[in-house]
Amino acid sequence: MDIPRHWRLQRQRYALVGEVCKKCGARLFPPRDVCPQCSQPAYEPFQFSGKGKVYSYSTLYQAPAGYEQFVPYTVALVQLDEGPLVTAQLTDVDQDEIQIGMPVEMVTRKLREEGEDGLIIYGYKFRKQPAEAA
Amino acid sequence: MKMRDVSIIGVGQTKVAEHWDRSLRHLAGEAILAAMKDAHIEPAAVDALYVGNMLSGLLNGQEHLGALIADFVGLRGIEALKVEAACGSGAAALRLGYAMVAGGIHDLVVVCGVEKMTDTVNAETTTGLAMAADADYESIHGVTFVGINALLMRRYMYEYGVKHEDFAPFTVNAHRNAASNPYAMFRERVTVEQFSRARMIADPINLLDSSGIGDGAAAVVLCPSTMAGEYRREGVVRIRASAMATDAVAVHDRPDPLWLSAAEASAFKAYQQAGVGPRDIDLFELHDAFTIMSALSLEAAGFAERGKGVRLAQAGEIAREGRIPICTMGGLKARGHPVGATGVYQVVEVALQLRGEAGPNQIPNARLGMAQNIGGSGATVITHILEAQD
Repeated sequence: MDIPRHWRLQRQRYALVGEVCKKCGARLFPPRDVCPQCSQPAYEPFQFSGKGKVYSYSTLYQAPAGYEQFVPYTVALVQLDEGPLVTAQLTDVDQDEIQIGMPVEMVTRKLREEGEDGLIIYGYKFRKQPAEAA
Repeated sequence: MKMRDVSIIGVGQTKVAEHWDRSLRHLAGEAILAAMKDAHIEPAAVDALYVGNMLSGLLNGQEHLGALIADFVGLRGIEALKVEAACGSGAAALRLGYAMVAGGIHDLVVVCGVEKMTDTVNAETTTGLAMAADADYESIHGVTFVGINALLMRRYMYEYGVKHEDFAPFTVNAHRNAASNPYAMFRERVTVEQFSRARMIADPINLLDSSGIGDGAAAVVLCPSTMAGEYRREGVVRIRASAMATDAVAVHDRPDPLWLSAAEASAFKAYQQAGVGPRDIDLFELHDAFTIMSALSLEAAGFAERGKGVRLAQAGEIAREGRIPICTMGGLKARGHPVGATGVYQVVEVALQLRGEAGPNQIPNARLGMAQNIGGSGATVITHILEAQD
């Protein structure tokens, strides 16, 4: 049970809070404290909109320990509207509908359970944006 | 400081397989003793042992491999330690050994890569391999190591207009070469049709896009090139270059996910050290953990233009008769991929080619061979260029 490991990431997992580099303006997710583009300190929090597009995706048929119950599930690289790519699962979407470029938005879902008495870990997944919002 | 030239005077390997009856230390021992015998050296002559391994803590409940294995093979007392760099652990251990000899710290060094992967059930092994990725931002989302490569492959197919079956020549070539390698795990040939129909693992990657997980160990013995003649008259292989580079661990942190920038940096640093270019290389043992990795590696190392790695394979240029033979003993795909051992297997195979001892798989007149070992999905890349020493 590694509670602190997940607890300390709550602002990222539940709210997609990253950082912005004050020098070059790069928006960073995950937060990393040093801007990879200009190597300057970047501690300023930045709230991402949670909107983006599918950059790539894959449906998994073989899961690591703790994820067997979800098989098959679809993971994706999502390009956020503000720039960064993020790795996450797609949810609430038909397999046949998914394609590269599909507009998606962040939702909060269960990421995994660690047994009957263990942690339930929540975090971001992405679903297809409703047509009017896209 | 003047660096010394370093040569390989002995090689050893176990067959890659599911070795139910053998432990990690026995596998390492077999490879090390074979390499020491091949080098005609006595245990008392060995200065140090470096062990490349990724997952012994998780899969075998055993760390502290340096001292453990040194003692087990009759080298108790010498300097010994484990080197970890995910699937690049083997070549990382070799690079440490190379640096120790080149820098004059040691004269005789043994390098071993070993991985024992079948002591656990599949889901645990999958969990272990995912540890090469970013735990907080990749693995927590249930994305496996295969899944990360599948994300790259899907995007590659989308950007370059390539179909899944276009990757078949990589697998067909690897299995053809493994068929005549007694140390390979999968020695049966594979057809394009079998490739296309294989069971899906992480769409679009199927079973036959993927390297085989197995148990195995490989080892080499290093010494200064000027001393090599004391142990061996023929079959000495000189390390002309050893170069390493890194990239972001998480694919989502790379500005251009379809370009393996660390593979490019590592290969071109190696070319510079050796004073050669891609066209001088006679064979290339690349890191074909998945077919997509073969395509990306050929491009990054300068053998194909961006987006054309698959075309090179389709044109037959990666076969033993082609312009740049790859996976000449089966590669990760068909020799098998005992992750922390793989980097040393690649170098053993290049050395055998340069010694003219590759049997039916011999590349005629091979003088210069390259081995490139990749950790994770491209975050650690180590390239060695070897040359037959007259």
